[in-house]
Amino acid sequence: MRSNLNFFSDEKFRSIFFQTLVIGLFALGIYFVVQTTGYNLEKRNIATGWRFLSDPAGFDISFSPFINFKSTDTHLDVYFVGVLNTLLVSFCGCIAATILGFLVGIIRLSSNWLLVRVAYIYVEFTRNVPLLLQIILWYSILIQLPRVKQSLEFLDTFFISNRGIYSPRPVFETGFSYVFIAIILAFISSFIIRRWAKKRQDETGKQFPVLSSAFGLIIILPLLLFFIIGSPMSFDYPALKGFNFKGGMVIRPEFIAMFLALTIYTAAFISETVRSGILSVTKGQREASASLGLKKSWIMRLIIIPQALRVIVPPLTSQYLNLTKNSSLGIAVGYADLVHGFGGISLNQTGQAIECMVIVMATYLTISLTISVFMNIYNRSIQFKEK
Amino acid sequence: MSDITESRKPPVATTGILGWLRMNLFSNWVNSLISLFVLYILFQFVPWILNWTIFAADFKYNFNGEEIINREMCSRVLDPENGGACWAIIYVRFYQFMYGFYPREEVWRVNLSYIMLAVAVVPLLFDNFPFRKHFLKFTYVFPVIAFFLLNGGLGLESVSTNKWGGLLVTLVLGCTGIALAFPLGIILALGRRSNLPVISMMCTLFIEFIRGVPLITLLFFGMVMLPLFLPEGIDMDGLARVLVAVTLFQSAYMAEVIRGGLQAIPQGQYEAARSIGLSYWQMNLKVVLPQAIRISIPSIVNTSIGLFKDTTLVIIVGLLDLLGIGRGALADTTWLGLAYEVYFFVSLVFFIFTFAMSRYSLYLEKKLKTGINMGAD
Repeated sequence: MRSNLNFFSDEKFRSIFFQTLVIGLFALGIYFVVQTTGYNLEKRNIATGWRFLSDPAGFDISFSPFINFKSTDTHLDVYFVGVLNTLLVSFCGCIAATILGFLVGIIRLSSNWLLVRVAYIYVEFTRNVPLLLQIILWYSILIQLPRVKQSLEFLDTFFISNRGIYSPRPVFETGFSYVFIAIILAFISSFIIRRWAKKRQDETGKQFPVLSSAFGLIIILPLLLFFIIGSPMSFDYPALKGFNFKGGMVIRPEFIAMFLALTIYTAAFISETVRSGILSVTKGQREASASLGLKKSWIMRLIIIPQALRVIVPPLTSQYLNLTKNSSLGIAVGYADLVHGFGGISLNQTGQAIECMVIVMATYLTISLTISVFMNIYNRSIQFKEK
Repeated sequence: MSDITESRKPPVATTGILGWLRMNLFSNWVNSLISLFVLYILFQFVPWILNWTIFAADFKYNFNGEEIINREMCSRVLDPENGGACWAIIYVRFYQFMYGFYPREEVWRVNLSYIMLAVAVVPLLFDNFPFRKHFLKFTYVFPVIAFFLLNGGLGLESVSTNKWGGLLVTLVLGCTGIALAFPLGIILALGRRSNLPVISMMCTLFIEFIRGVPLITLLFFGMVMLPLFLPEGIDMDGLARVLVAVTLFQSAYMAEVIRGGLQAIPQGQYEAARSIGLSYWQMNLKVVLPQAIRISIPSIVNTSIGLFKDTTLVIIVGLLDLLGIGRGALADTTWLGLAYEVYFFVSLVFFIFTFAMSRYSLYLEKKLKTGINMGAD
């Protein structure tokens, strides 16, 4: 019989007691931190609140491809420029790293001894050297390119110099929106065709050329429309005026350094997950599909890749997350991302460290969470469906 | 007779050097083309890089035999056509790369710590090390000794941490971060799997928060926000604040790795431990954790490699680790323009450490695999 007095030997009581204790201590800690912080802020004359967001920033941002940023714009605009720059380099990096990573992963399983060795050396070298060092190294290579006056020219349209790559900028004229709408419609309809074709194949066994019809819809249809309307797009060419180029589009060396370093570094990790994913598909699968008489390319596409993807996607997700978080290292070369623009310059100018850091951290959490959610949905769609 | 079948040619050799070449490099025309292309690139590139790093490089003297003291004396500045790397910058600054601005008369303390670090760590890594038990006792007290040795106190002259730099800071951050994050990670992992909803929720939130933000924001947090949170009078120096951030960061990753190990332990182990009357802590400390940590050591080493590389981020908040000293050397006008030499050297040092760690992790994985298989037989 349990004694009523000896509460402590009762598991339920003990669990409630400890949890209340932890909550109490936590609340006490928070209270203490808030108190001291308030005191410290007051003593150092640091303003609090979110009003600084609508104050003019007073500095320029050299790389802002989406928003035309002026120094009279607010800190909130700095934030948006930063988020867009972070997303831009992460997005480009993820796509390029996936392509390069799959390529290297497959190369490492190829039969060419020399190629396997070269890929191995690439993977070991990039994985074992800090990313920050690689970013700085790429940047220091890029700024050693010739100066603007002596920039390397390609066909009189592309100019490569230590200020970046200048290329023609497409100018969309009235009517281009129709082409844009056509592209979106083509994507939607090819998606519908794919579903319909799959359903028909499941029911009747008849196949439909999904890939070529999608290709026709997405590329040829908008292209035809484009010429029918009368090419509603022109190019704005860069031209050397004075000390710099005028017009055109520029990709800054900061962006290129970030993009190259992030891609090359992350691709090394992705190649390892791809390699282990393909190796995880047992030999029996390959032999069984070969004995069924499948073509070599079909074996890869229908048997090996779908099973390997189940192993590859979860670590791939964490590589995407890592790449996105690593894009915060742009601060080392002055790439105006979220951390450098808003968490760095804005923070230093306003002194409102807590507000700025809270916003930056919350943004990264949101981005991480969004990537995880989408990748989890994709992961669920490729997992084994047991009937 | 006319219907005799033609005699077949003997099969192509698959042994010997020719056979190997045919199998691995020239198995079909695509492969042959690729092999030739790669060989061409290698023949262009490898001699050039060997020449640049070793044969045409200056180490201490230039090609005139003069000792190099500034960039103008480097062979590659005097003769850009033939000169290779100018390692003199590393040679001249070697002290800084190793110790930062640690006073020269006190540097024996750093050297002694480096040696003791090796004595403390190597027996920890290999469980067939002779007299391992006695060495491990030293491993436990080493952090205390190293703290007083490096920092001063107990009769030794105090050396402020803003004089530390180079490899010293890299190693202090890496080792302390890993050593402190390990117990914290265990507690967080146990907390996340706890039956108490409040504890498990708090640990989960902490881990997911840390894993969701970049390390650099945590370093900013340590540098900019931590001083605001602390009451007056408590003043932490830069290295300590960065260490707080690094430890919190690493403990979240460590917790996830250890949680993976905990999940791999079969339920029967928990039940068996409970049924012989062990309490929660006894069960975990004596039965579950030893097994869970054993199988998660390779992953622990892998996250540690990540941390070791990530310690370079401290240059952004103004600490001078190996990379920071390198950038400082480049900013010096006497050595301007020798970026590749410096970055090559820093990469090499990092590569040696991280490559050794990754080899160790592979060795452990192999050993664990055979160990488990033997148990199953």
